[in-house]
Amino acid sequence: MTDFQHLALKLATTQRSPDWLKDLRERGATSWSSAKWPTRKTENWKYTPLAPLQSAAPARWASTAGNDWQNDIELMDLDATRLVFVNGQFSAEQSTALPAGVVRFADANADQRLLIEQKLGTVVDAERHLFAALSNAWANDGILIHVARGQSLAKPVYLLNVSTPEAEPAVSNQRVLIILEDGSHAEVIEHYVSADSEQNGFVNSLTEVVVGNNAKIEHYRVNLEQEDLLHVGGVHVNLHRDARFHGFTLAQGSRLKRIDYQVNHRGEGAHLELHGVYLPRNKQLIDYHTNVEHCVPHCTTNEVFRGIIGDSAKAVFNGRIHIHPKAQKTLAELSNKNLLTSPTAEIYTKPELEIYADDVRCAHGATISQLNETSLFYLQSRGVTRAEAISMLSFGFINELLNQVPQQAVQDYLRPRLTTLFGKGSELVGQLAYE
Amino acid sequence: MLSIKGLCAKVEEKDILKGLDIVVRPGEIHAIMGPNGSGKSTLGNVLSGRPGYEATAGSVTFKGQDLLALDTEERAREGIFLAFQYPVEIPGVSNMEFLKASVDAMRKHAGLPGLSSVEFMKLARETSKRVDLDVAFLKRGVNEGFSGGEKKRNEIMQMMLLEPTLCILDETDSGLDIDALQVVANGVNSMRDGNRSFIVVTHYQRLLDYIVPDYVHVLAGGRIVKSGDKSLALELEAKGYGWLEDEVA
Repeated sequence: MTDFQHLALKLATTQRSPDWLKDLRERGATSWSSAKWPTRKTENWKYTPLAPLQSAAPARWASTAGNDWQNDIELMDLDATRLVFVNGQFSAEQSTALPAGVVRFADANADQRLLIEQKLGTVVDAERHLFAALSNAWANDGILIHVARGQSLAKPVYLLNVSTPEAEPAVSNQRVLIILEDGSHAEVIEHYVSADSEQNGFVNSLTEVVVGNNAKIEHYRVNLEQEDLLHVGGVHVNLHRDARFHGFTLAQGSRLKRIDYQVNHRGEGAHLELHGVYLPRNKQLIDYHTNVEHCVPHCTTNEVFRGIIGDSAKAVFNGRIHIHPKAQKTLAELSNKNLLTSPTAEIYTKPELEIYADDVRCAHGATISQLNETSLFYLQSRGVTRAEAISMLSFGFINELLNQVPQQAVQDYLRPRLTTLFGKGSELVGQLAYE
Repeated sequence: MLSIKGLCAKVEEKDILKGLDIVVRPGEIHAIMGPNGSGKSTLGNVLSGRPGYEATAGSVTFKGQDLLALDTEERAREGIFLAFQYPVEIPGVSNMEFLKASVDAMRKHAGLPGLSSVEFMKLARETSKRVDLDVAFLKRGVNEGFSGGEKKRNEIMQMMLLEPTLCILDETDSGLDIDALQVVANGVNSMRDGNRSFIVVTHYQRLLDYIVPDYVHVLAGGRIVKSGDKSLALELEAKGYGWLEDEVA
């Protein structure tokens, strides 16, 4: 075991966790301690060194930092059920009343506990996802979103996770379990954010989603933590018959930000729509690993990821779609486009289609390019400066995906933040309100 | 207004323009015709400063300035407008935002205050009506999924909004049906004010029925081989370009 593995296990022993999570924690601890620590030769972590985690080994749990962050951080403007966590600690003061079916693990009733016990850790395969094993070992508090058969949550659930700097490096563990019974619907927004000031924490986050027959979810995961916060997270989804998962994710910042999406088509007629954006700059690293398993016939996947990598930043995109022999009539598309805006920026992209069925329609592609010169000339020939044209085109490249985000509040929150990111010219776009 | 003398230009190491002379005075319409590969589109691209189109000799004076010394955007701000033969699609940037950025840039250069969003949208809507382009196109990505005719109308709309001094229409008529051709021609004619000048690059005489030129030039082998009035266009339509090439040779 590495030092970090030791430390992490030691941290688990300091938690006061409920008995009914004991099994899962023990299993997690076993997987975690027996796991081989990833190196450059580990395929899944080839381009993403975990050195920052080792060097800044967090030795304690983050504490609740109060409400100091409120001047620095703006919330999304939407009418939602809001749960706020500061450094992994629940803030009742900042949160709204919870509707039936949305509950902290700590407040779960007997039925809900049973449900959590039965489902938590079953969507994710902790043997294949190292940090899911850690999340299991650390399983303690979390959020359960359970929507009963045929029901729809009246409001979106907005999970705001704020990180604030601590005197010493600290960790937080965030766990979300979403269970949609047949024919139900929910909208969940996971928003990870930190103040601009120097961060030194490590966040391990894990979301598991079960989408029942004919159920539907719009799911957002927005990771906007600043420079020094390390984040490893995953979203793991099981889709049953005619289920629909519409996902959007955007990541920015951090020396180490790794997010996995694992989606399993378990029932016929399921559809996955997954759009993602990554925008590392300076010396940041963002790594998205996605894996979609088509286990049954007649399912569809449309996956689109785009990145703009600047300065000396690095991005990794690994998108795998695995079509099992039984998964006939699958329609799957995977597209990954990247813009490099600096000669020292790096992208490692690997779209993988593994097809073992013979009657399917699949396509995948990845591109890496600079901005289109003809488009730049077109804008300049209309009087726009080259610098502004570059900003406009960069923003447009991402805005194309933003325009397709179903939740307007997410669009409205992200657009002005992206325009500041892309500089002067982009302020010209994205801000015209239409009647 | 525009004086081109002995202009030579190359594209990707290939000499295309080989000593071209044209003088355009305020208010004039010049048509440039010529066979494929004669350098017609190159002329528009060189004048508007497209990267890769390099002037190697000669001079271009525009409103008393050395045009070739200016950056692309400076030329635009000074009043050069190129209506593209193949307008570019830019998804993710709405047509409205693109147009406002352009108009703002022009106004700033002219020392005028920027338009408010409300003022601009009113202007954009009125202008889109003039070219018979549904206002819905303003909200879409720039030229995104526009038909050929819609793209060309969008070009003319930009021309109207930017109010350039010299408009260069690069085969704006190609791919247009008769109705769209008339819209484009009406747009151009409505912008004639005695000062604004036009260079109309075209393959076909048809456009010149609607936009009546003061001069017609035939470009062949990178030079103007013949100039005349509008009757020259009719002659070309009847006889083709072969006889001119023979004449020059």
